[in-house]
Amino acid sequence: MSLLFALIGTLAFAIVAPVLGCLLAGLDRKITARMQGRVGPPLLQPYYDVRKLIEKDNVSVNSSEGTYITCALVFTLLAGGIFYSGGNLLMSVFVITLAGLFFIVAAYSTRSPYAELGANRETLQVMSYEPMVLFMAVAFYMAAGTFDSAGVFALDAPVVTSIWLVFLGLLFVLTIKLRKSPFDLSYSHHAHQELVKGITTEMSGKTLAKVEIMHWCENVLFLGWVGLFFVWANPLSIVLAIVVVVLVYFLEIWIDNNFARVKWQAMLSSAWAVAFVAGFVNIAVLAYL
Amino acid sequence: MTFATKSPWVIHYDGSSCNGCDIEVLAALCPGYDVERFGIINTGNPKHADIFLVTGSVNEQNIKVVQEIYNQMVEPKVVIACGICACSAGIFHDCYNVIGGVDQAIPVDVYAPGCAVRPEAIIDAVVQGLGILEEKSKALQAQKKGA
Amino acid sequence: MALLGFLILFPLVVAAVLLVVRNNRARSAIVGASALVIGLASIWLVATYLGAPWVTFDFESPLIDYASTAVSVLVAAAILYYGIRYKNVLACVLAVIQVAGSLVFEFGFAHSIDVTEALYLDSLSLLMAFIIGVIGSGICVYALGYMEDFQAHEPEGAKDRRPVFFALMFVFLSAMFLIVFSNNMVWMFTGWEVTTVCSFLLIAYTRTEEAIKNAFRQIIMNLLGGLGFLAALYLSAIQLGTLSFLEFLQIGIQNPALVVLPVCALAFAGLTKAAQMPFHTWLLGAMVAPTPTSALLHSSTMVKAGVFLLVKLAPVFLVCPVPSVMVVLVGGITFALCSFMAISQSNAKRVLAYSTIANLGLTTACAGVGTPEAVWAAAFLILFHAIAKSLLFLCVGTAEHHIGSRDIEDMDLLFDRMPRLARFMMLGIMCMFIAPFGMLVAKWATLVSFVDTGQVALILLLAFGSAATFMFWAKWLGKLSGIAGQPANVEVTVHKSEWTAIVVMAVLVVVGCVCLPIISQLVVEPYVYSVFGVLGQDIASTNLWIASIAAALIAIVLFAGLGRGKAKKAEVYLAGVSADNEARVYRNSLSGESAATSRNMYLDGIFGEKRINPVGTVACAIVIIVAFGFSAITLPGLF
Repeated sequence: MSLLFALIGTLAFAIVAPVLGCLLAGLDRKITARMQGRVGPPLLQPYYDVRKLIEKDNVSVNSSEGTYITCALVFTLLAGGIFYSGGNLLMSVFVITLAGLFFIVAAYSTRSPYAELGANRETLQVMSYEPMVLFMAVAFYMAAGTFDSAGVFALDAPVVTSIWLVFLGLLFVLTIKLRKSPFDLSYSHHAHQELVKGITTEMSGKTLAKVEIMHWCENVLFLGWVGLFFVWANPLSIVLAIVVVVLVYFLEIWIDNNFARVKWQAMLSSAWAVAFVAGFVNIAVLAYL
Repeated sequence: MTFATKSPWVIHYDGSSCNGCDIEVLAALCPGYDVERFGIINTGNPKHADIFLVTGSVNEQNIKVVQEIYNQMVEPKVVIACGICACSAGIFHDCYNVIGGVDQAIPVDVYAPGCAVRPEAIIDAVVQGLGILEEKSKALQAQKKGA
Repeated sequence: MALLGFLILFPLVVAAVLLVVRNNRARSAIVGASALVIGLASIWLVATYLGAPWVTFDFESPLIDYASTAVSVLVAAAILYYGIRYKNVLACVLAVIQVAGSLVFEFGFAHSIDVTEALYLDSLSLLMAFIIGVIGSGICVYALGYMEDFQAHEPEGAKDRRPVFFALMFVFLSAMFLIVFSNNMVWMFTGWEVTTVCSFLLIAYTRTEEAIKNAFRQIIMNLLGGLGFLAALYLSAIQLGTLSFLEFLQIGIQNPALVVLPVCALAFAGLTKAAQMPFHTWLLGAMVAPTPTSALLHSSTMVKAGVFLLVKLAPVFLVCPVPSVMVVLVGGITFALCSFMAISQSNAKRVLAYSTIANLGLTTACAGVGTPEAVWAAAFLILFHAIAKSLLFLCVGTAEHHIGSRDIEDMDLLFDRMPRLARFMMLGIMCMFIAPFGMLVAKWATLVSFVDTGQVALILLLAFGSAATFMFWAKWLGKLSGIAGQPANVEVTVHKSEWTAIVVMAVLVVVGCVCLPIISQLVVEPYVYSVFGVLGQDIASTNLWIASIAAALIAIVLFAGLGRGKAKKAEVYLAGVSADNEARVYRNSLSGESAATSRNMYLDGIFGEKRINPVGTVACAIVIIVAFGFSAITLPGLF
């Protein structure tokens, strides 16, 4: 993979991921509404929301917040670009963490009591899911023999056959990463769960629009990680991966609608316990057996 | 066309309402009326909201709160007074501690009377508010282009 | 070779001069000039020998042998003196053992063994020389301004002991150069002991009760390590008949069974010096010293001597399982547990201390794994840790003198109060833990090398430790970034010498991260190749370049992009009526006024020292004892 390839990948991701992510978000809201016995908004509602946010007046509590969020968005796109252009999975993980850090710092920089609380919780969320995500990358490497996501196309069988335990662990932390209840501690999609608006409390207009777009792209990237488990040399496997991704997304929506938010202690201990059992055991088995 | 009308996010503030109107506001969000069909979301954060729904009248204690929420909302924005208390202070009009309707504190765009205001009336008021929101949004766009 | 001699001897001369100069301006001039000379000389050395795989210098001198023994004896005598003066029995006993041990060794064994090539140089030594020469002397320059403020804070009539302080700093540099260039293990040992006693004197500088106590803790632990080194010298001389470090390594690689015990003993010395659990308490205690001391001990010298020795031993660890397992486990456990404990700390210097210990743990674990890839990672961990940590220490020291506290909570709003300093501090913090900066690239390589060698336990420790690392750095970064109101700028009184040193470190951070692929190619890969005969590097260069570009981008944003937003200023949401929004004061429910404040989370109930510390101390102590038990069994003739 050359630098140019990663760059092209990033540009392509920057165009495709927001579209896909927006549709996914719209689908999420429709399905959620149906689960609650409502009709729900149009499929394109997230798109309307973001367009409206861009139209809003340009105000900010300080002169740095917007810059941090732009950085977060750019690095999210880079992370997606690296992953979908067949690049290094671990690199993608690290860069998306960097994007997360910029998001956190943006909230801290406002020094607003509510945003800061959200930032604190977001930091805890990162700490909770990080071990499992690292285990995922490591287990993928052990199963596929490479960190490059393109490496799956050379496999005889999808990696999920040997690291299904890690896959289950990933599903668990995916709830945190997709900001779904019960682990939507820092920033919830649902107003009724939220203390003001958590980490995004002070963000408005264009800045909030960037956060939304970043969130769409993040989701597309994370679901890509899920799909990666089911792809092998057979080109049809991509269809299988997409089906699995859709099912997983539906599962996450179902979880979102059926569980109340937990305390951070429960999130941290359960996520680390799952990482230990699923990630560590699976890696130990791969290494020693 | 502006997108302001397609995704009006709402912040709801209870001034000194007896909670009758508040229940109706929430009822509008519930499955029976499901205003999310029109992209309406209850945000609870003035910085994210486009429409300010106030129930209850304004008094000495809450007038500054109403004003601060209004000031923190980002342009373009619309204020809807929900219920007769918010419109004109209703039966509390002559109380020693009541200043009056919401328009005593901030400019109100749409009045939705009723005791309590019915969800249909709220939806109707929001739809009217959307028209005003669109005008304000267009004015802001023009101003941005001009600047 | 003249350059090596110059680097070792010149700081000594400077130290002697500084000892007698009592004039402040003269001292500033001397320190500044000699720091520049040492820095340039080490850069010149690096430039001259860049890419050189392995250079040894024919040089032997019985005179220097005697001199180094004399220095060892002097060192022990100094410890004995302080031990008696402050009535510390253990320190006295250890010092006596050491005097006796080194005298018997020199006249009984070492005398008959010639080391014909007493000095050597390879790419790792070059890397270390760069760290000592540039970062170490940068810290000396920083100390000029810092110590002036420090002296001003001292009570009236306190004796000005700065000449001794600066002399010790330069002796330290000299001893470090001696360690990294000596092939003669006796000379190396001398340097080793000199650093121990220098740091003892530097830690005890303030002469408070706490400082004395911590200084003795340091000296006792490091004397134990020194005894380990001495034992290794004995074993090497008796069993293998050599005192040349290179020969020792070669024998070890070819015949690992022979060297199990001496390598264990040397590794033990390295572990104590690198402040690994259960010996980490000396480094925490060293925090009572003035900040330049902490910076020097943590970043460029002292602890780096420990990991340097361990990395040197890496090829032996690769073939010699007992010491390897010991080093790997101690390093890994130290990394994870010290990262946990760092979460619970709000004192900036303690957070830095724990993070230092944790990163040294990771470097140690890499050395223990011993594969080319792990050594590549270890070299970068050493380099970036040295640069970023010294930058952070200098920033914290300066902040402490200007805001009157070293507590992270008090660094609230530093972004406005000390705008330049806060940005430098943020750069240092980011370099410590997040992609695409150097430390993370090194950590990445570490992870890959652990996976490749099937070190499952290490992967576990690394994954959980890294998550904790994110937590404690991110919340500190967040605290720094806060912007509210227009607090007074207190930065204008920072000394020029402090700025010089801080800017040098910051430039090094950026240049280091951006030029990482080049450094890898010119310095680290030659070393790996010269030791293992293969190139070990498990991150594709494309990814290194992506990281490099991203690092440059972030540096630009940090120093040129922030604070330029053109949006209209809005007030923050305080859920009610603001009384003074800039100060986050609102009208509360009793119509009074309250200020909204928040502290970071420290999770003391989960990651507190009380819970974690005993676990790590016991676990690591058991590992070390068991390893020594095993290696003693292998000693021929013992059983």
